[in-house]
Amino acid sequence: MAIAGSATESASARCGPPLWLLAEVTYRCPLHCVFCYNPVDYTRYGEELTTEEWLRVLREARKLGAAQLGFSGGEPLVRDDLEILVAEAHQLGYYTNLITSGVGLTEQRIKAFKDAGLDHIQLSFQDSTQELNDFLTHTRTFDLKARVIKVVRAYGYPTVLNVVLHRLNIDHIEQILAMAEAMGVEYLELANTQFYAWAMVNRDLLLPTREQVERAEAVTNAFRQRVGDKMRVFFVVPDYYAKRPKACMNGWGSVFLTITADGVALPCHEARQLPGLTFPNVREAELSWIWNESPGFNAYRGDAWMKEPCKTCPERSKDFGGCRCQAYLLTGDATNADPACDLSPHHHVIEEAVLRAAEPQPDVRKIVFRNDKNSRALSERRVLEEPKRQ
Amino acid sequence: MADATPSLHSVPALASMFRFQWEEAQQCHVLLYPEGMIKLNQSAGEILKLCDGERDVAAIVAALEAKFQASGLGGDVLEFLEVAHGNRWIRY
Repeated sequence: MAIAGSATESASARCGPPLWLLAEVTYRCPLHCVFCYNPVDYTRYGEELTTEEWLRVLREARKLGAAQLGFSGGEPLVRDDLEILVAEAHQLGYYTNLITSGVGLTEQRIKAFKDAGLDHIQLSFQDSTQELNDFLTHTRTFDLKARVIKVVRAYGYPTVLNVVLHRLNIDHIEQILAMAEAMGVEYLELANTQFYAWAMVNRDLLLPTREQVERAEAVTNAFRQRVGDKMRVFFVVPDYYAKRPKACMNGWGSVFLTITADGVALPCHEARQLPGLTFPNVREAELSWIWNESPGFNAYRGDAWMKEPCKTCPERSKDFGGCRCQAYLLTGDATNADPACDLSPHHHVIEEAVLRAAEPQPDVRKIVFRNDKNSRALSERRVLEEPKRQ
Repeated sequence: MADATPSLHSVPALASMFRFQWEEAQQCHVLLYPEGMIKLNQSAGEILKLCDGERDVAAIVAALEAKFQASGLGGDVLEFLEVAHGNRWIRY
């Protein structure tokens, strides 16, 4: 059978280029977002890559065929060599995207980025009301962001806004849309929180109810009808309320390559937490070996690793069994089907979380902000838990 | 929305968010845009290469006919440009 044959083929022989390179240039961040996807134990990790090391990574990845480059973090603007990295990336032929909270994005820096050839800026916003925006990020940043949008536009960049939705802000959807319209936003991404890392720690406080999600989607659809071509609005449905899992990273080791602040190469920005896999550091290995040959990147390539129900599922070539990290987080085994799929024997863990979301609002004062102190506390807890996981 | 149907006098240019380039690793021309990439077949690549905001469609057709020693390419070029404009890759 042709399909069974493909599973036994060497995975690395089939892999294409890492088209998408995500450079998480730092874990440092002036914000303390409760849904941050950085590892909760980020304070455990070593020194950031130097400018020279990043330049080498950019060159090696471009040679492998990377074409899209995202500068992210943490807050990438914390690095004062970002202009140098952007200039080199542009020179190499990358399409360069800056993914930022906007904190630190002065007019002077935008001008320098423009001169360096930066193609695109994506600004994240937490909510439309100053109180909630500042509460969720634990800083006072709202006015600053509104100012940043004006400067971004003045330098000819399209205004692209990303708002992370969750239980505490999703009912403000009208205000969020109105704010985006008033600011002349051209692309708005309403991304429901994905439950990993800090968001997982805060899941019971952040997971919206089904009614909240449905209402927000209906409001968004009506808004789209009204504004037409003026603004493109993307609404990303939370996978806890979908019947099928997301095609995470378009498949493990298929197009996506993350390099963390301290130089670890990952097939996705959450993969670092998976037990039993080691991911190489760009300080110790060449990127072509890492991408094509390293055991970590080949662990879940193709479909040979799959168990039932994925193994014989006709949809496995479409969603690749969902997300390995979510499978591990919620079932303890990364080779299980993503429990977001209602065919998964573990789907009940999703249903239980959804049921809990329908209960009265938990105490918001229990929310855990992403900061160094909480990271150290969570790191200690992880170290204690680790022997159990082996 | 502007009229999507180009004429021989239209002057197409790449839309501002897009970058057009040759990708060595994939051996094809691509269009890059925020967080995405479109792989182009050979004829799409040859047409877009000439969409420089200076040449009109008639000049683009003439250049392609000369390069490939062909005639009657006008219809195909106009058809592609209509699709490209519909996808917001180009503007006039």
